[in-house]
Amino acid sequence: MIRSDKNSAAPILELRDVRMNFGGVAALKGILHDVPEGIIQAVIGPNGAGKTTLFHCVSGLLRPTSGSILFQGKEISGFVPHRVAQLGISRTFQHVALFKSMSVLENVMLGRHPRTRSGFWATGFRLPGMRREERRIKESAGSCLDFVGLDDVSHLQAGTLPLGKQKMLEIARALATEPQLLLLDEPAGGLNMRETEVLGELIQRICKDGTTVVLVEHDMNLVMDISDQILVLHYGEYLAAGSPREIKDNPAVIEAYLGES
Amino acid sequence: MKKADRLIFIALICFIAIFPWVVQNISAISHYVELMVFAGIFGLVCLGLSLLMGYAGQISLAQAAFFGIGAYSSGILTAHFGWNPWLAMPVGALLAAAVAWMVGIPALRLKGHYLAMATLGFGVIVHIVFNEEVDWTGGPSGMVDIPGLSIAGWKISSELQWYYLVWGAVLLVLLFSFHILHSRVGRALRAIHEEEVAAEAMGVPTSRYKVQIFIFGAVTAAVAGSFYTHYVTFLSPSSFNLMWSIRFVLMVMVGGMQSLWGALLGAVLLTFVGNEWLQVFADFEVVVYGGILLIVALFLPQGLISLFRREPAAPPNPISHASDEG
Repeated sequence: MIRSDKNSAAPILELRDVRMNFGGVAALKGILHDVPEGIIQAVIGPNGAGKTTLFHCVSGLLRPTSGSILFQGKEISGFVPHRVAQLGISRTFQHVALFKSMSVLENVMLGRHPRTRSGFWATGFRLPGMRREERRIKESAGSCLDFVGLDDVSHLQAGTLPLGKQKMLEIARALATEPQLLLLDEPAGGLNMRETEVLGELIQRICKDGTTVVLVEHDMNLVMDISDQILVLHYGEYLAAGSPREIKDNPAVIEAYLGES
Repeated sequence: MKKADRLIFIALICFIAIFPWVVQNISAISHYVELMVFAGIFGLVCLGLSLLMGYAGQISLAQAAFFGIGAYSSGILTAHFGWNPWLAMPVGALLAAAVAWMVGIPALRLKGHYLAMATLGFGVIVHIVFNEEVDWTGGPSGMVDIPGLSIAGWKISSELQWYYLVWGAVLLVLLFSFHILHSRVGRALRAIHEEEVAAEAMGVPTSRYKVQIFIFGAVTAAVAGSFYTHYVTFLSPSSFNLMWSIRFVLMVMVGGMQSLWGALLGAVLLTFVGNEWLQVFADFEVVVYGGILLIVALFLPQGLISLFRREPAAPPNPISHASDEG
């Protein structure tokens, strides 16, 4: 298998022969890939290629059948999701998974959970330390909402927002956990052209602020515009990896997308 | 605490303060103060259970067992060993917490309604222990010679004093619970209830929180049990059987699962219904409870408290969760 690390920066995420079987079905057949720190990495591939499965393995929602996943050089495969989040990996979901009856602000405040600590007794008795922390949580949640441009709707119920804003809110919630690595699962799904443009610009700002972004996306214009690196999966297998230009001209990729022509 | 909740809280304090003075002057209902003592004791159980059911999304069918653990701990330590009741009470609470931890850890690691099943079995076992350990509990014939409570040498003797003591405790637990709900911990609990996977991915240790809240419910039930013991000064295993656990669940459901006010409303209402207004049905009481539950589940799934609430529920998400494409 070909290793695809072409950047000189140390990899933030290393996938080493990651395999995932569901019963007899092999969803991932040994993925080997490094994601260098500080880039925007896209993962593309036709439906059923194993992109979401890969995200689930990295974020801890699935335990890979074999192989290992290294984050900042440390093994994380098989970790429970909340521990992965604690280490600095956050994500959004293909199907929006907001806390719908909570307010927009509360959704983002929840994202501060792994970076704060007041527990059961401190909150029940409203100890001073907990109140200070609560104020800080509110402030940083507010600035995350500013960052994605949702500060004007912070008191609405999350479930009442239009889909485009719900997607932005999910990103804000993920950012609130202060991730070093952000996984975006089809962030442009269901967005119109204008919204997609804003999203692309937002993802670039996130990357500029020092967060490595990995996104699964079907919108090829967006992927080609903003990605530094693209990984192509096909039926759970590595097909190609490289810069947008290289991928665009890769005959194997063209065939996978257009079928045998 | 939100502004509206704060206002209701103050109104509740006023109501509690005034209630006995109104009721005691009307001879036909002067015993309502006594009923309110029971309602307050059951209300303590329901507050803990409401957090578990409405916010952690789990059902416990062992609240009567935890209630009993508190009650018998207090009873045995004070009657057999001559302990001070105020010392016996935290021991009972600690025991309940330890037991809840042991039952909760395995049951709450699994997704789904394993806690309901585990607590169902556990509740039955506890009831058998109360029945069979005759040397300690007096068995089916009950336990007597339990002392009352006193505070700093003053014996709490009248119904009125008990009423204020119990409802004071209810107010404290209510305040504590509200603080929990409007904080980091409460947000985590509500998030678990709405989107468990997302909560977990955002760094919330979901099973640890479920265990914590289950333990909290066990502790409030045990403290309520201790109050019950010293108020009634007589214990019999039949007060702690499965029927009582179901009754607690029913109180929370009738009042409204996702509201602490609902839990209190349900506790008060069903205490009066069970002890006062439905005495005529005698043995058919269970049928009446079933009917109440059916009506509430069909027409008021959010409980009676939803009749007083204006804010609309969140609309369903436009995106379906049916498929998860890889």
